[in-house]
Amino acid sequence: MMLKIFRDLEPRIKEAAGSSRPDFRLVDGSRVAVIGGGPAGSLFSYFLLNLSEMSGIEINLDLFEPKEFSRPGPVGCNYCGGIISESLVQMLATEGINLPSSVVQRGIESYTLHMDIGTVRIETPADQKRIAAVHRGAGPAGIKEIKWRSFDGYLQELAVNRGARLIRKRVKEIKWVDGRPQVGAKGYEPASYDLLVVATGINTSTLKMFGGLGLGYRLPRTTKTYICEFHLGEKTIEQVLGSSMHVFLLDIPRLDFAALIPKGDFVTMCLLGKDIDSTLVRSFLESPEVRSCFPPDWNILDKSCRCSPAIAISGAERPFADRLVFIGDCGITRLYKDGIGAAYRTSKAAARTAIFSGISAADFKRHFWPTYRSISFDNNVGKIVFWVTHLIQKMRPSRHGVLRMVSREQGSADNTRRMSTVLWDTFTGSAPYTDVFMRTLSPAFLYRFLLDTFFGIWS
Amino acid sequence: MSAGDLGKIYADGEMIIRQGEVGDCMYVVQSGKVEVFKVQGDSEMHLGMIGEGDFFGEMALLDRDVRSASIRAVGEARVLKVDKRTFLSQVHADPTIALRIVQKMSQRIRELHAELARKKEREGSHLHS
Repeated sequence: MMLKIFRDLEPRIKEAAGSSRPDFRLVDGSRVAVIGGGPAGSLFSYFLLNLSEMSGIEINLDLFEPKEFSRPGPVGCNYCGGIISESLVQMLATEGINLPSSVVQRGIESYTLHMDIGTVRIETPADQKRIAAVHRGAGPAGIKEIKWRSFDGYLQELAVNRGARLIRKRVKEIKWVDGRPQVGAKGYEPASYDLLVVATGINTSTLKMFGGLGLGYRLPRTTKTYICEFHLGEKTIEQVLGSSMHVFLLDIPRLDFAALIPKGDFVTMCLLGKDIDSTLVRSFLESPEVRSCFPPDWNILDKSCRCSPAIAISGAERPFADRLVFIGDCGITRLYKDGIGAAYRTSKAAARTAIFSGISAADFKRHFWPTYRSISFDNNVGKIVFWVTHLIQKMRPSRHGVLRMVSREQGSADNTRRMSTVLWDTFTGSAPYTDVFMRTLSPAFLYRFLLDTFFGIWS
Repeated sequence: MSAGDLGKIYADGEMIIRQGEVGDCMYVVQSGKVEVFKVQGDSEMHLGMIGEGDFFGEMALLDRDVRSASIRAVGEARVLKVDKRTFLSQVHADPTIALRIVQKMSQRIRELHAELARKKEREGSHLHS
């Protein structure tokens, strides 16, 4: 009986003690290696060093990142649409990270929804600009003048100013020696660490090194996206697109979602769908809805920089082990939207666990895993949300319903904007998919949508 | 306001928070300065200045009372609003988000204690003279 009570209490006692095993704690002089200096790696480094200082622990942190975010083109690019969501901008500001105008190329104040049956503009529910459009690197290939700083470079600088040691080397070797990770890079002698944090994203071969270590890690499932940059110049962008993100729900085969994001001198086009090829890209660019977003004399096929990076559509298997944790896209990310927000959440959860609990697999399971599971659950609901969006895209009457409902809400002084906030939060990634989905189940929402669909068809 | 500026611009003297109003957000100063003051009868009592990177109105995130003081821009100021709902849902998932606010509030209490001590000392020396 006593034994059973002790067994039941054991995890709580261990938790109260802070860690499952004393040698799995970060102490003065502990060494931490972070592979990947994108948002997840840099934010983890920043938060770990902040929390360790607060706790009175001195930690040596090495941040491995071969890319130079101050250089334009592929050498400094991090393959991303470059939107910082409303909720993330607010949380970073609360954490003391205020995104400067030297990094933010454009504050987004509205979303313009384009469909074959019409266009409607959804204004921000707040009375201010809280979505940031940035370039993750210094800018696309062929850029003549660097006017804005790289977002990833800015976060990396915060980590370095906090005390992280930046090692501009590509990691070539990862081994486990005497139960501790050992990291080696070209021109850098393999060194032993107390904790290894992997934040490489998924567009890298580094993750293959973990396959042979027997740690159980398996990469997330991925799909391809298509990102392309158009140089229009600041003035033209202001005239034709303004500070509005343009979202397209068009009935083009294999296309799930498309957006044009206005930035400083460039417009970023993001396409999501199945087997995106040049035919699909061309039919999207030549559609009248897209053409209306560019100057009439603009050669729409004149692209300056393009890529087809992979994006994760599921979480990794076993994203942690003793002295090891995977954060950001190579651990888990948010489905289609707000990947940087997910990087912030997983990096913070890992840093919190490492400082306040410990660095064993049991610690990560207890304190990091809930964040992973919460994102994973929300992604499953997100799949339903995008399935419904896909249906709307395919069914003309429902498109009429959406257009009519949003137009009425945007033109009304009444603050009840059910469809507008649902679309805003879905497209901006500002609220969890679960919140968005639950709002669409409200009888008032469904009643209004059905009514607007009915009148929309007949009008 | 340049295209890359986040938040909202307030002109010199424009009110951002009014004492006695119910608040549902806090603000983070992105650029410029704001003045904190209390209205007592017909007069205004200056309480302090808040600059870039600092925040105000945080009490509204933690209690349901009305705003305890007014805030206005001194020169042009740009501030970013943090919604109570967004803040609380994130704190629920990650309590350490509130650490910076707690640290700042603790610093402000220390400053208030120092100010109170100075005031008492002045009053004491006044009585003795």
